Amino acid sequence: MSGPQLREPLIEVKDLYVYFYTYAGIVKAIEDMTFTIYKGEKFCMVGETGCGKSVTSRALANIVPSPGRIVKGKVIYYRDGNPVNILELSEEQLREIRGKEIAYIVQDPSSALDPLYTIGYQIVETMIDHYTVKDWKEGYKRAVELLREVLMPDPEQRIRNYPHELSGGQRQRAVISIGLSNMPRLLIADEPTSSLDVTVQAQLLELLRRLVREHGLTLFLITHDMGVVAEMCDRVAVLYAGNIVELAPVDEIFKNPKHPYTMGLLRAVPNPQADIEKLEPIPGTIPNLIYPPPGCRFHPRCPFARDACKREKPPLVEVSPGHYVRCWLHAE
Amino acid sequence: MVEPLVHVEGLKKYFPAGGFLKKVWVKAVDGISFDIFEGETLGLVGESGCGKTTTGRLILRLIKPTAGKVLFAGKDVTKLRGKELKAFRREANIVFQDPYTSLDPRQTVFNIIMEPLKTHGIQVDDPEGFVTKLLYEVGLNETHLYRYPHEFSGGQRQRIAIARILALRPKFIILDEPTSALDVSVQAQILNMLKNLQKKYGLTYMFISHNLGVVRYMSNRIAVMYLGKIVEIAPAKTLFENPLHPYTKALLASIPVPDPEAARTKPKIQITGEPPSPINPPPGCRFAPRCPYAKDLCRQKEPKLKEIEHNHFVACWLY
Ligand SMILES: Nc1ncnc2c1ncn2[C@@H]1O[C@H](COP(=O)(O)OP(=O)(O)O)[C@@H](O)[C@H]1O
Ligand SMILES: Nc1ncnc2c1ncn2[C@@H]1O[C@H](COP(=O)(O)OP(=O)(O)O)[C@@H](O)[C@H]1O
Ligand code: SF4
Ligand code: SF4
Ligand SMILES: [Mg+2]
Ligand SMILES: [Mg+2]
Repeated sequence: MSGPQLREPLIEVKDLYVYFYTYAGIVKAIEDMTFTIYKGEKFCMVGETGCGKSVTSRALANIVPSPGRIVKGKVIYYRDGNPVNILELSEEQLREIRGKEIAYIVQDPSSALDPLYTIGYQIVETMIDHYTVKDWKEGYKRAVELLREVLMPDPEQRIRNYPHELSGGQRQRAVISIGLSNMPRLLIADEPTSSLDVTVQAQLLELLRRLVREHGLTLFLITHDMGVVAEMCDRVAVLYAGNIVELAPVDEIFKNPKHPYTMGLLRAVPNPQADIEKLEPIPGTIPNLIYPPPGCRFHPRCPFARDACKREKPPLVEVSPGHYVRCWLHAE
Repeated sequence: MVEPLVHVEGLKKYFPAGGFLKKVWVKAVDGISFDIFEGETLGLVGESGCGKTTTGRLILRLIKPTAGKVLFAGKDVTKLRGKELKAFRREANIVFQDPYTSLDPRQTVFNIIMEPLKTHGIQVDDPEGFVTKLLYEVGLNETHLYRYPHEFSGGQRQRIAIARILALRPKFIILDEPTSALDVSVQAQILNMLKNLQKKYGLTYMFISHNLGVVRYMSNRIAVMYLGKIVEIAPAKTLFENPLHPYTKALLASIPVPDPEAARTKPKIQITGEPPSPINPPPGCRFAPRCPYAKDLCRQKEPKLKEIEHNHFVACWLY
């Protein structure tokens, strides 16, 4: 949990705005986003489809896809203790950081693997690119070790396999190996288990927990599953329509949720461990981000909405140590 | 004994798979038996590829079984002809996972909902009023009558798909992962709606899902499937509180629980690996290669589904 060593920041996102310039209009995907990820922690971002989780994670390495643009903000990365603004680095400096210091694992392992090359080749190539190994021979040896570390069955065989010859779970293990190959500081995992079955998901989540523990990694985990949040993270940010609406240590979010959206989300999830008489759905649907609702973006669905909510956007306020909420009910 | 609405016995479906020289078979469903009683929801859970959808399609006679039979209200569905078959098609139906592909994009909501009535030659006096009433049943309204599927969100499209089925006054609906493509806030809306409709119209459901939380919320009884077999059937509460089959236990231990304290203390029965291919399923108990309790007998002889306590069936040599 949050020991004193966790208080050293690794990434600070400050006042970030990301817009997509589409034919239909400007999609205000991320607004007023500020948060810190501390060294060695497991930080989660949770929210429903389209709330901005993937865009945020891409902004951290300055790889927001077109037609998206970071219109404002800073991403401060503490590189060996020295703060650098990722958004102001040259393409060359960024390449050094991406894939080496910051690694990505995405939901669909197939998209992260090249169908034309073997798993082994792809792991070694990443290491060669970043000078982590001196030659291909050493690389292949290391690749087998990496695959063994992520519990890939028969790693000596697997390095010779092409992606299509592996199951979904095995492909994701291969992607994790590539991510780990250069001993990154920050592992960004964007819904890494969402396309897998639960027994495979459980194995991979356990693997991620172990890697963080044993290698002192920092994990930025993105998910839409409150169960995964509860099992995996130290602190969690809840996103709604491009805003962080609540941010707190994980126990606090589940025991003492303050934002009406967080409360609604928790009541809408069917808990497999409980006999539930009636779920309480959140009425309505997520808003269109070209014309987001004025004021609080959640107001059209909020049972507590009052006039102020429709006019003015609430700020993210620290209501108790480490617990931040964006809601007029808690802004006084 | 009450007669079940759906009775499934020794049901098998083998699909032919590649192989030029010798024919191989995907044993998608391999000898399953269970009943579904009027007014209840039977949940069917299991990981992808274990045969859930194939089971649903077999029950509805959308595909022919390799062996075994399905009785609906006492009648063998594979033997239905003419009028009886038509009545069956009206009374039993299925909602699929993907609300994006199950609706004709060129038709208005009104036409989509009227279409099955036309197919069945059913006349209604006031079609617009009839469809409007159905739309209200599923949480939509008359402003949606003449819109097209692309104008709706995933949850709303699923509502339209359900309205179309309700138009035929069905008795039995198979819900095949109806909310898997939806976000949780919308999922809860659809699940509650399905429960309300069931009460109101006395519907019988078979609810297929890989999400155990959702299945527990929806079902009276739950059947757990693994690689074409049913390994355990029990009342929902019993299955979650006293799972007996090692696979069910592993499955339950694998679900992320939305409660950090419970997550820290829950039993860690981790199984390794992934389900093997249904093309050459292992002999004996199909779970044996991954089962921590497997013994020689398990690898040789297949355990049959046995009633261990009242209403609680398990297929495992441990019992
Ligand atoms: N390529 C794109 N073009 C236009 N809008 C986009 C694009 N990518 C993302 N967006 C918008 O940005 C918002 C956030 O997207 P994303 O971060 O992918 O959501 P999440 O990962 O939370 O599901 C969405 O509302 C989406 O419409
Ligand atoms: N039409 C088909 N032809 C060949 N194999 C099929 C066909 N339909 C399903 N299968 C196979 O049967 C098995 C069970 O599939 P399915 O019933 O769709 O599983 P589930 O719904 O539990 O995910 C899978 O291995 C699948 O690949
Ligand atoms: S600011 Fe107002 S509308 Fe927004 S969540 Fe709080 S009470 Fe609800
Ligand atoms: S029959 Fe044997 S292998 Fe199969 S689940 Fe039971 S103990 Fe495990
Ligand atoms: Mg995403
Ligand atoms: Mg299926």
